[in-house]
Amino acid sequence: MNLFDNFILVVLPYVAIATFLIGSIYRYTSRKFQVSSLSSQFLEGKKLFYGSVPFHWGIVFIFLGHLIAFLFPRGVLAWNSQPVRLMILEISAFMFGISMLVGLINLFIRRYTTPRLRYVTNYMDFAIYVLLILQTFAGLWIAYNYRWGSSWFSTLLTPYLYSIFKFNPETSAIVLLPLMVKLHIAGAFIIIGILPFSRLIHLLVLPLNYIWRPYQQVMWYWDKNKVRSHKTPWSLQRPKNT
Amino acid sequence: MDVRSQIAMVFHLDKCIGCHTCSIACKNIWTDRKGAEYMWWNNVETKPGTGYPTKWEDQEIYKGGWEKRNDKIQLMGAGKRRGLTNIFYNPNLPVIDDYYEPFTYKYLDLIESPETDDQPTARPVSLITGQPIDIKMGPNWDDDLSGSPDYARNDPNFKGMTAEEQEVMFQLEKMAFFYLPRICNHCLNPACVASCPSGAIYKRGEDGVVLINQEVCRAWRMCVTACPYKKSYYNWHTGKSEKCILCYPRMEAGLAPACMHSCVGRIRYLGVLLYDASKIEATASVDEKDLINSQMDMLLDPFDENVIREAKKNGVADSTIHAAQNSPIYKFVKEWKLALPLHPEFRTLPMLFYVPPLLPVMATVKKTDNTEQQDKMHPIAKKWEDNWLYDTSTEELWGTLDQIRFPLKYIANLFSAGDEELIKEKWKKLMAVRIHRRKVTVGDISDEKVATTLRDAGMTAEEADAIYALTSLPKFEERFVIPAAHREQAIEMMDFTGDTKGDAGFGIKTKPVRGI
Repeated sequence: MNLFDNFILVVLPYVAIATFLIGSIYRYTSRKFQVSSLSSQFLEGKKLFYGSVPFHWGIVFIFLGHLIAFLFPRGVLAWNSQPVRLMILEISAFMFGISMLVGLINLFIRRYTTPRLRYVTNYMDFAIYVLLILQTFAGLWIAYNYRWGSSWFSTLLTPYLYSIFKFNPETSAIVLLPLMVKLHIAGAFIIIGILPFSRLIHLLVLPLNYIWRPYQQVMWYWDKNKVRSHKTPWSLQRPKNT
Repeated sequence: MDVRSQIAMVFHLDKCIGCHTCSIACKNIWTDRKGAEYMWWNNVETKPGTGYPTKWEDQEIYKGGWEKRNDKIQLMGAGKRRGLTNIFYNPNLPVIDDYYEPFTYKYLDLIESPETDDQPTARPVSLITGQPIDIKMGPNWDDDLSGSPDYARNDPNFKGMTAEEQEVMFQLEKMAFFYLPRICNHCLNPACVASCPSGAIYKRGEDGVVLINQEVCRAWRMCVTACPYKKSYYNWHTGKSEKCILCYPRMEAGLAPACMHSCVGRIRYLGVLLYDASKIEATASVDEKDLINSQMDMLLDPFDENVIREAKKNGVADSTIHAAQNSPIYKFVKEWKLALPLHPEFRTLPMLFYVPPLLPVMATVKKTDNTEQQDKMHPIAKKWEDNWLYDTSTEELWGTLDQIRFPLKYIANLFSAGDEELIKEKWKKLMAVRIHRRKVTVGDISDEKVATTLRDAGMTAEEADAIYALTSLPKFEERFVIPAAHREQAIEMMDFTGDTKGDAGFGIKTKPVRGI
């Protein structure tokens, strides 16, 4: 295993995961005002549809696909044992990838051709666009050229990812994979690493709680009845800052 | 019964002169910041007119508020299913052009211009891009333009009115308009709160003020769609939504909100209402024609011993109950039944009530013979040759209500979900007060006639005097009955008083810097 492989497959993942964890926790706790999806629909509300919708729905399914292959590799292999099912999986995954790429390109064009958006765009946005476009392109390239990704992901990459999380990286099988796959792995970890320092942070604050919370929210500073009662000891009703 | 207290407001539209002082007071304090330039938490519209943002009342366009389907209410353009499936692209989000592109002028060009043949000019520049723009729209662009084809004729409140009825409003000699100042209604059934996927928006239990937690807002921008009054605004710079906070820092210090404090016409009243929170959902779900009545039923009598007992049980402070008993809002809304909520059909149960305007409604233009008057005048006096009279007399009493120049239907579409009888009832009361006071001050109306008038309007002479006093002569403390915030407790809400000195304080400790 040479230095390049070692860096991409061992060092980078740990650095990325560490920055991801530390950065996210820091930003969420100490820079809460800066946690936002920074939507620009308010300044440009037409072209966004053709970028945001295909990109987001594409990445939702692509992300879930990778996650399922990571969590249930045997399930994926069992599903793929029938050629028709394999084709359904591969073709739909490829379509979602195309949808992502089209969305990203539309978003990129929109952001850099709409004059108003220049004033809500920073260098990190550019970095994210380039990274995501390259990553999506690499993913599509791999899916097209090295078939069938869903099967060999489950047999090769899942054990590798598990080994990373077990702090015992096992790269012997991965080093033999083509360069494009290694770049795709590197890209994924770079994206994870810069996530807390970009607008991608909104991925961590998905409003899932909305699904089960009641519609109306009333907040009381405290329970006045309890506080007023002489029977309530102070230790039970500590103010919020303590 | 679940008694809670709510800071509510009454705007007396007959007194509004449309000066926009309220808007400026608010702007100077709260929204004079980057990304917030276009926001007017308080704005004043000319009605009939399209308003700000353009045609905000037309929910076919903006999909705001609640709608009733199969006996249940749901958000029209947001909610759990619609909100989350449209989270990547909100099809009903107003964009900046629906409000206006904020602008300033390059004043420095006037000072630094080299000597030329022409006058230097201060060109308008966009506050977003900094580039020169042609101003096409402003927050009060339809000011005083009632009758104009672009604004008044596109007013969404003409729904249900025939073309002839509408045309009548625009005849030059009949044309009328009034001003409609608007702030956040701090609703009891707020659509913005219900629509927020992050749960950043909440209603304060203690006083009912609806607020957006700037640290929890994630720019999913559903509140902008959901609020049917379009009083939640997206700050394009910080990526957070903002709205009227009812100047709660001022109120907690016992001061009136800036818009109300600065009101030149003294049209604004603020005070506490006690209401039964257990009825909110049922009240918002009744049929459209019953909406106002059931909203009134939710409001509780602060003198009722049972209500006071339940309020105390819920932890409502004695000072708040006392403020509720002195509340000008309770008098206008519940006791005298003079004020109505704006667009109750949006089903958010707004807590800002309006006394419908009577002045533009009553007056008519009549042909008259001026010769007798002119003969009385000195020969060198300037004489007028017009033969018309702007007549505001109320000789015919209620007869005039059917001949008014402002179609009842229009006012009813604004304040009573189309119920014309309800508006008539309020106008009768307003006119009865005037007729009664005319008798008291001028004395040219017979006792019998005044008695008939008051009986028809369902009020006593004492009541008419009280309405007159609170309408025309109120002092600051009578207009704004602000309950104590109990800051001695408020500090304990936030800080542990056992902490030593040198504590960093509470609230946002970091600068509101845009995210990366």
